[in-house]
Formats: sequence, structure tokens, C-alpha cells
Amino acid sequence: MINVAQFACDVAVIGAGPAGIAAATVAAEAGKSVVLLDDNFGPGGQIWRGGKPSDKELAAMQWLGRLQRTTARQIFGASVFQIQGNQLAAETLHDAFCVSFKKLVLSTGARELFLPFPGWTLPGVLGAGGLQALIKAGLSVAGKRIVVAGTGPLLLAVAAYAREKGATIVCIAEQTSWTRFAEFGLTVLCSGQKFVEALKLLWRTRGVPHWKNSWPVAALGRAGVESVRIARNGKQREIACDLLACGFHLAPSTDLARLSGCKLEGGFVAVNNLQQTSNPDLFCAGESTGIGGLEKSLIEGQIAGYACAGQLDRARDLAPARAATQRNAESMKRAFALREELKFLSEEDTVVCRCEDVPFGKLRKHASWRSAKLQTRCGMGPCQGKVCGAAGEYLFGWETSTVRPPVVPVTCSSLAAFSASGTSESIEGGLQ
Amino acid sequence: MPETVVVSVGGKNVQVPVGTSAAVAAIIAGEHCRTSVGGQPRAPLCGMGICFECRMKINGKVHVRSCQVICTDGMEIAVDD
Amino acid sequence: MSLTADVVIVGAGIVGAACCYQLAREKFKVITVDADGIGTGATAAGMGHLVAMDDSEAQFRLTRYSQMLWQEAAPQLPTSVEYESCGTIWVAADEDEMGEVRRKQSYYELRGVRCQILDETALREAEPYLRNGLPGGLLVPSDAVIYPPCAAAFFCEQGKSKGAKFLLGRRVTSIAGGTVSLDDGTTLIASRVVNAAGEAASRLTPGLPIRPRKGHLVITDRYPRTIRHQLVELGYLKSAHATTVDSVAFNAQPRITGQILIGSSRQYGTADKAVEPQMVTRMLQRAFEYLPVLETISAIRTWTGFRTATPDKLPLIGPLSEDPSILIAAGHEGLGITTSLGTAQLVTDSLLGRPSQIPIDPYLPARYMHEASHA
Repeated sequence: MINVAQFACDVAVIGAGPAGIAAATVAAEAGKSVVLLDDNFGPGGQIWRGGKPSDKELAAMQWLGRLQRTTARQIFGASVFQIQGNQLAAETLHDAFCVSFKKLVLSTGARELFLPFPGWTLPGVLGAGGLQALIKAGLSVAGKRIVVAGTGPLLLAVAAYAREKGATIVCIAEQTSWTRFAEFGLTVLCSGQKFVEALKLLWRTRGVPHWKNSWPVAALGRAGVESVRIARNGKQREIACDLLACGFHLAPSTDLARLSGCKLEGGFVAVNNLQQTSNPDLFCAGESTGIGGLEKSLIEGQIAGYACAGQLDRARDLAPARAATQRNAESMKRAFALREELKFLSEEDTVVCRCEDVPFGKLRKHASWRSAKLQTRCGMGPCQGKVCGAAGEYLFGWETSTVRPPVVPVTCSSLAAFSASGTSESIEGGLQ
Repeated sequence: MPETVVVSVGGKNVQVPVGTSAAVAAIIAGEHCRTSVGGQPRAPLCGMGICFECRMKINGKVHVRSCQVICTDGMEIAVDD
Repeated sequence: MSLTADVVIVGAGIVGAACCYQLAREKFKVITVDADGIGTGATAAGMGHLVAMDDSEAQFRLTRYSQMLWQEAAPQLPTSVEYESCGTIWVAADEDEMGEVRRKQSYYELRGVRCQILDETALREAEPYLRNGLPGGLLVPSDAVIYPPCAAAFFCEQGKSKGAKFLLGRRVTSIAGGTVSLDDGTTLIASRVVNAAGEAASRLTPGLPIRPRKGHLVITDRYPRTIRHQLVELGYLKSAHATTVDSVAFNAQPRITGQILIGSSRQYGTADKAVEPQMVTRMLQRAFEYLPVLETISAIRTWTGFRTATPDKLPLIGPLSEDPSILIAAGHEGLGITTSLGTAQLVTDSLLGRPSQIPIDPYLPARYMHEASHA
């Protein structure tokens, strides 16, 4: 019988990005016992990822400081793979453990949307967020020529960051139009702090060609990417580069929410104004309720934390701020909507499912995700269809929402540990 | 407190700054991460543990997402088949 | 809208697909209907183990006959069907089970199935990852494994090349006297209807004694050459026999990809498709007792499926005595993949009015419907 560590707490928070940090902090400050879990090495999620503490922006320092002063138990390197009722199961490098909770906050954020095009599987073709993550994990880009492509505000942020680390950004190829981008710019203009940040990003990327109506048509090279062909305003140009950072904005990570039976709306987890999902004990905050960036995550995280702690007045106080972030999220969605041309980039032999090397030509005749999976192995690899399924939704209109445990591959012994018995360790609540 | 660690990538020793991920160590060593089902060399895509393209054999264990592992002194990193 | 055919087959799972192929080959005009797609039901969930089973003479005859049909078909099967003659090893955990090994060996040998008793050493040599201390097992080299959804697709493609038509994503609402009605108002007129609807078979032909038996499976990442044969514990037979208790039994299959498919579990009385962590735990813990290496191996996916069980563990094959224009081809429990070809052959022989290579009598629905009509 496998012995599995068990924790019991009032509030479990999955995902230690800004939303999770905010939720865990306010719930713990309110006296609740909190467990905060993340599969990364430390807190911060993607936007506040890793790096030296002095590298982090002020808001991050403030929130992390507040979190450290609570008794919230932080567990890193923990992959939550299953939730059943009021218990979650997680795996770390060496073992598995369970946490039973009264309330759960899902702040699992989002991931980049990748769309296939010829050559996208070449080493050196990464996501935009992927490039940023690797730089933060020690990748030197000094002197490297980088093409940034795809869509979304992340492109600017990554271009600015990589440039500061010594890279030459050859161009930023954004698929949206100047009109849409300008409309987005107007909403940013009206939102104070965001506007200042946007100006900073534009300053930090001054001199870099910012193209619109542009997208990658092919990545070329032998052992790795050597050049990219970009389509722009009807013409194509081949651009030499060392790296291609390409991502098509963000898609919410809703696996655990779906596994728990939470209803979705437009692909995002549906929540009320207290961040409560269709399951009354489950709350969701941050990018998985709508892509809206840092401010939205912090506001929603706090609301969820207050709601879990029963401090509904404090949660409601944040309603106007919440409404503003919702509007920004809507405007971002419109601004970076994907154009039709992106559905037709693949050739017959362009790999769509990277885990199983299933090409576009084999997939396009399948009317459903299920049929494609069963007949071609698409989605049957270790990424469990997270990359190819999202692409398939856009390319073929497939419906890919079925989810079963584990939501991430884990060892069989972790999978078998779930309903093991053992003494439960209770977490204390409140402040240190 | 040492500022670097030494890991081996495909048998070749590589010195990397503390805090470097195994995926980045592979890139520094000029190595790809894994060979795909169809024989293509693959390297990290998402950088955050979702895509599984960065799988490597780390300290004898196969299929480990190298972007989720920080280098430690003496770590053995090899291409995942 | 109204369409005519010689035969309408309800269900495009492996059984329906095999029937479609055989009947189209014999120049019947066939229409195959399925509420979903080809091979998306139990066919997609199961293990694809082609095995000779000895629960009863009738079961042995059908599985053995079907196996030989699979062996004949093997050279034509595309690589996507992943036909592998890896053989089965029935694993004994103690001396009692070694007794069962010996009984099985003589049963099979007497009936022309070559098999070999493995002692402790031979077992370890055949399967180095099995735990120490297992007294031995029975190797049956003529057993094989396939990947069922692609087999069903292949049979349908072959049927299509012989003129069979398909209506997919269309649900049958009723079968009655030569007419099959679909949920979109279409009627299919045929002189014969084959009910190969699996889980839905008893909805369409009331009185069929079919009960769903839920099973769980787990598949791992790629670890080639870990196991070489389909491994089944002898306790599997107790599990397959149990009619009321939820049970698990160790069952592991090497796939061509190097993945290991792990089963098995049986539950009665639930129609809930959700994966139950408690059952997965029980099943995996049983598997660890035979293959300890599994503990460190990465599991990618779990899922469930519903076998269709009958009280005597034999499928229902053949015409209804009260309406011979309707033939049943359902209730195959855990042997649907194996016996799909034998079933299709029996159905075809019945429709052609020619004698079958094995008697159809033990499988005829009349053995139950007779009781039902006198209830």
C-alpha cells in the first residue's frame, strides 16, 4: 500500500502566478489555511517567472513579500494531475501527495496558441513566451538575430525583453491589422497605468520594424532554423535569423476546471462576479477566465481569495476594477482575433501533432477530434493534445473539450496513489 | 557559493550558470532534446512544460521535460529517443 | 427519405464493420448505420487482444475459429491495424495457479492450440520485468494483438470498395419488420437487418439480456522492449466470471509504439463513463504486483469503456426466432475484437443459408428470447 502525504486546508490554490499569489495571500491574511501549488520552480507564473528577485518589477516584489508574511504553504515542482470532489492529487519529482480543501482556486493561467506552418518543428522555432521562459532559464541571446511573429501583446513584451538581453530583433510580424491594433491602442490609452506600460514597450522596441498584416509562411533551415519567410501585405520576404519566436496569443488552461465539471463559456471558465464557477466550492481567477493580463489576474485573484475567506464585502469592493479589466480583456480579444489565412499555412506534410508526427494531410479529412485521434494517433502523445488539439480547433473546427485524469502525464505510482489512506497534515491559517 | 555548475550533455561536459534549466544546457551544448517519431530533431517550443518537445533523458530517467529541471552539479543529460 | 438495401447493419464497431465487409464481399447490397463514427464505441476502448479463451467449449470454438480468420486476414491488414503476433503469457502467481496452467495447457493442446508451460526461469527469460518469485506461466504463441479502431476502419473501407454505403452520425430509433428508422426521419428498407449496435443493441431489440460492464484502461508513454507478450494473470478468469462484484485483474499489452496498455477492471451496474480514481488505483496496484517497473513509468491517459455482457458469457449471434429477418450480432463482453470475424462469418453463412464451419446454435438469441417470450 503506497503511503501518500496528505494535507488538509481551507483553501487550495493551483497556480502561483499573479492571480494565485493574490488569492492565496488575501485568503491567508483573512485567517484561512492555504496551500499554494505550482509546477514551476518558484512563484510568479509566466509573467513574473524566475530570475533574480531584483529583476522583478515592484508589484511582484510587493505581492511576493505579502505572501511570504502569511502562513500559506507553498509547494513548487508540484504537478496537479487530478481533482475528485474536494481532493486534489499532485506529483513532485520524487513522490505524490493529496490535498483536501474546502474551497479551491484555479489560477492555472494560459498557454500560447501554436499554429502549424511548414518548418515550425525546426529547433530554434519557439513560442514568444517560450523564448522568454528560456531566457529566464539561462539562455543567452546576446548577438542573436531573432524574428518575433504571431499575434498579441506578448510579442512586444518578448521583443523588448530579448533586446535588453542583447538580441537583435529583426522584426515584429503581427498578423492583426493596423486598424485593429489602433483600436486596441485607444483602449489602452484610456487605462492609465497600462498606457504607460505600453509606451515603455514601444520605447524599448524603437527602431525595430513593427509590421502588421504579417505572418510566417515557412521556417527554413537544416538542423535548425536559419531563415523565415514572412507574408506581408500580399508579398513574401525571406529573413535570415537564429531564432524565430512565434506564438498566436494565449489560450486558457482549463483542464482542471473541465475535469471538475466547471462550465465553460467561449472556451474560458465561466465565473460569477465573485469568481465562483458552476461548482460552488471552485473559484477561478486570471487568464483562464479571459485573457486580460496582469491587472485582471491580480484583481480576480483577490476577489477569489476574499470570496473563499468569506470576506464578500472586500470582494465586492473590487467590482468596478474587475469590470474595467473585463472590458480590456474583450478589447484584446477583438484586437488579436486570428485571420483566416492562418488556417491555410500548412502543406500536406506539415506536422500538426508534434508528439506523434501526424501531418496536416492525414488530419484534414477527419470531421471530429475523436475520429482524428483514433485513426491517426493525433493527440495520443504525452502532451495529451494540448498543442495539436488547440490548433485543430482553429484549423478544423474540432471540439476538443473532453478531459480525463491525469491532466498531465504522471508516473503510474502517482496515479495509483490517489485514494490511498494516511494521516492528514493540517495547515495553519493566518499570518506568520 | 559557486556561480556555475557542470553538467554532462550527451557525454560532453558543459559549465552553466546556477539556475540554468537542463533544456538551456542542451542548447548551450549544441544538442537538440529529442528525436521525434519520424526521426526529426526537436528542441523546446513552449518553455513551460506543456508541449513535451524538450523531453530528455536526465540522470537515467527518460521522457523528462528538461525545461522544468534546473541543472545540478554532475547531472547527466542525454537526447531522449 | 427512404433508402433500400439487401442488408442494413446497425453499428459500425468492429463487429458491424466485419459484417459489412463479409456481406459486401458476398455481393449483398449493404448500408451500415452508426450514431457516431466507425469504431468509436467499445471498439475504441478495448485492448485488441486476439485470444483463444477456454471458458466453455462454445467460447473456445468461436474464439479459435475467429483467430484463424484473423491469421488469414493478417497479410492484407494495413500497418495502421498494428497486427502483432506477440503471443500471450498467462501468468501464475502461486502453485494453485500453476495447476490451472497445466489444465489450460492440456485443454489447448487437445484442441490444436500449441502452447508451452514456462517454469520460473523460463518465465523470467521470456519477460525479465515480471517480479521475482512467480512460479511460471503458459505461453500461447498464436495469440496476437491489433489496434481495433483502424481494423474497423479497414473493414469498412473494404466493404465500401465492394459497394457498401455508410450513414454515420445517424441514430437508429427503431428496427421493425424490414424497416430501420433513423432519428432524422430517414427510413431504410431491407430484407435483413443486423443488430450489431453494441451497448444500444437491447434498446433496439427489447429482451436481449445484455448488461454493460465498465472497464478502465491506462496507457503509458513509450518504453519499448519492456514487455514482449500480452501478459494476463490467471486470476483474470475469476474477474471475468464474477457477476456482481467490482473486480480487477492484471492485464498488460505491448503496443507497437512501445507503449504499455494496462488493464483490466470489471464493474456492473454503472453507466457512468467517468474515470473512477479508486478503480484505477486498484487496477494499477494489481499491475504493480506483477510488473513492479510500472510504478516508475509515465502514464499518459486513462479511459473507460463498456463491454456488453450476457449471463452465459457467450455472444448473441444469429436470427431472432420470432423475426428471422433480424439478426443479432452483439453481447461479446471482452472478446468482441477477437470474435468479430467469426461473428461476421456466422452472420454471413446464416444469410446465405449455408452451413457454418462451427455450429451457430450455442450463440442463437433463441436461448434467451424463448424464456423472455414466456415470461
